[in-house]
Amino acid sequence: MTDFLEVKDLTMRFGGLIAVDSLSFKVAHGSIHGLIGPNGAGKTTTFNMISGFYKPTSGQVLLRGEDISGLQMHEVARRGVVRTFQHSTLFAELTVLENALVGTHMPFRPNIFAAIIGWDKEDRSGAEARAKEALEFFGLDHVMQERAGDLSHGHQRALGMAVAYASHPDVILLDEPFTGMNPEETRQMMDLMKRLKADGITILIVEHDMQAIMGLCDNITCMSFGKFLAEGGPQEIRNHPAVIEAYLGGARHVA
Amino acid sequence: MPKFLIWIAALAALIALPHGLSFSQQEILVFLTINVLLVASYRLLTLTGEWSLGHVVIMGVGAYSSALLTKKLGVYVPVSMLLGGVIAALIAVLLSFPLFRMKGFYFLIGSFAAGEIIRLLWKRFRDPFGGAKGIKGIDPMPDFSVGFYQFDFFEPTSYYYFAGVVVAVCLWILWRIEKSPVGLTFHAVHWQDKLAQASGVNVRAYRTLAFAIASGFAGISGALLAHYVGTINPNAFDIDLMVFVLTWAIVGGTATFYGPILGCVVLTVINEVVLRELGLEQMRPLIYGAIMILSILFLPNGLESIVQKLTKRRAAGGAPERSPAE
Ligand SMILES: Nc1ncnc2c1ncn2[C@@H]1O[C@H](COP(=O)(O)OP(=O)(O)OP(=O)(O)O)[C@@H](O)[C@H]1O
Ligand SMILES: [Mg+2]
Repeated sequence: MTDFLEVKDLTMRFGGLIAVDSLSFKVAHGSIHGLIGPNGAGKTTTFNMISGFYKPTSGQVLLRGEDISGLQMHEVARRGVVRTFQHSTLFAELTVLENALVGTHMPFRPNIFAAIIGWDKEDRSGAEARAKEALEFFGLDHVMQERAGDLSHGHQRALGMAVAYASHPDVILLDEPFTGMNPEETRQMMDLMKRLKADGITILIVEHDMQAIMGLCDNITCMSFGKFLAEGGPQEIRNHPAVIEAYLGGARHVA
Repeated sequence: MPKFLIWIAALAALIALPHGLSFSQQEILVFLTINVLLVASYRLLTLTGEWSLGHVVIMGVGAYSSALLTKKLGVYVPVSMLLGGVIAALIAVLLSFPLFRMKGFYFLIGSFAAGEIIRLLWKRFRDPFGGAKGIKGIDPMPDFSVGFYQFDFFEPTSYYYFAGVVVAVCLWILWRIEKSPVGLTFHAVHWQDKLAQASGVNVRAYRTLAFAIASGFAGISGALLAHYVGTINPNAFDIDLMVFVLTWAIVGGTATFYGPILGCVVLTVINEVVLRELGLEQMRPLIYGAIMILSILFLPNGLESIVQKLTKRRAAGGAPERSPAE
């Protein structure tokens, strides 16, 4: 496995607060990589920098060796890095199918002139097929015509991932995908992620559900107060004294 | 096909309509037709969530451009109308650079300021814009014949048919855009621009696209107006008319394609038929203001929500249409 996505000395400063402090780690191609740490450790901020939502104060994000830090979010997405959001961020007023159709924006780029004349029938049916495929994959095909805002919390999380998956990403960044899911839903979702991995998609995941993290990840990076703390396989991280210390200090226990 | 028959009947009614009206009512019908395009183009802009106060000035850009192209360069009138739309769209693209640094309320104010600057330029530069008096003696649409009908553009009925065809084609294009993946992307940009961007949508480009298209069609409506009335000036495109456009859109509702058009037609009919008959037309701004407030209070989803209720009842059992809360 080769280094595919690399974060190098990444730093984000909000006024006086250093949310992420020269963080470095590498994500291997085709792996599931966990990013963990107590609340406020800077995980979401790191995602925001990788995905282009924030411009890092300093440091680099390298994708296949290319520095993508400071690019806009859609430019990062077009290079194959697609993210989901920590809080169910969806097009609440649109239907589930329409949400997934927006996800197909990159593989089926709309063309306004073709659309007016009606020469985009193939693209439209292709986009719809892809959107339905993504919804089916995440078990949402039976709620296709419902308003996204009316879905249960678990389904909303799944839809967020389906929108990302619909775009044929190389890397998916998942920010706490299992919140609001019951254990059964979480288990199903973990299976789906293993299937994504088998398809060659690289996954970077932030999650507080330690059982899920330990069960899924090939490699885990732990951070605390913005700083790198430890890295290793699930077994190593579970028994790492600094990690246990950070979580006990942060009043959250490792399962 | 009953739906097909409804369209035929509507078309026949629209063709027959001017023959039952007085001369001044026919003139109003022409203005109404032009305003339908103006308000429908405004709706496309609101799809991405931005409400501009400069739309009517952009309409004026189309009017001035088309008038000057014919007057100074002798461009054939229908071609100049099209070019008027193109120029309005290009001006919108230029304006988008400063304006799309702002969002929401600031965009609203910024668009108003940009519009006022354009109006100031028209007033300031007598050559070529004619200053405060504007441009007079704009070439009319040249008469022509299509075999079974002789267009004589000093007749409002002829101009109504001509403008009607132009507006119908424009509405068709606007409708096709809205129902296309491009239209869906506009909605996406409106409801959740972060997620749209994470899906690879260039949000800024799509905002600009919506702004340019809306402005282009507003420009065509302005050109239609200019070559009908024959004289334009900066005050014809001031904030008063903008308030009317807003009122039409809000009273009609902006969740559907036909909402703003419905608002425009209903309020124009109320205005021209009822107020004029009662001799209250001087109080038009006051009454429009009252109607706007009343409709926000008692009909928050606009006239379109009444239509939706009626059609839903008729098609009971069909798939319920979603009604995005605006
Ligand atoms: N836009 C911002 N402006 C100012 N401070 C911020 C901003 N975003 C995050 N922070 C701060 O940066 C720190 C890291 O936040 P971040 O959201 O990255 O943590 P996290 O690890 O994702 O936490 P959680 O597990 O609760 O989601 C916090 O102290 C937070 O208050
Ligand atoms: Mg977070």
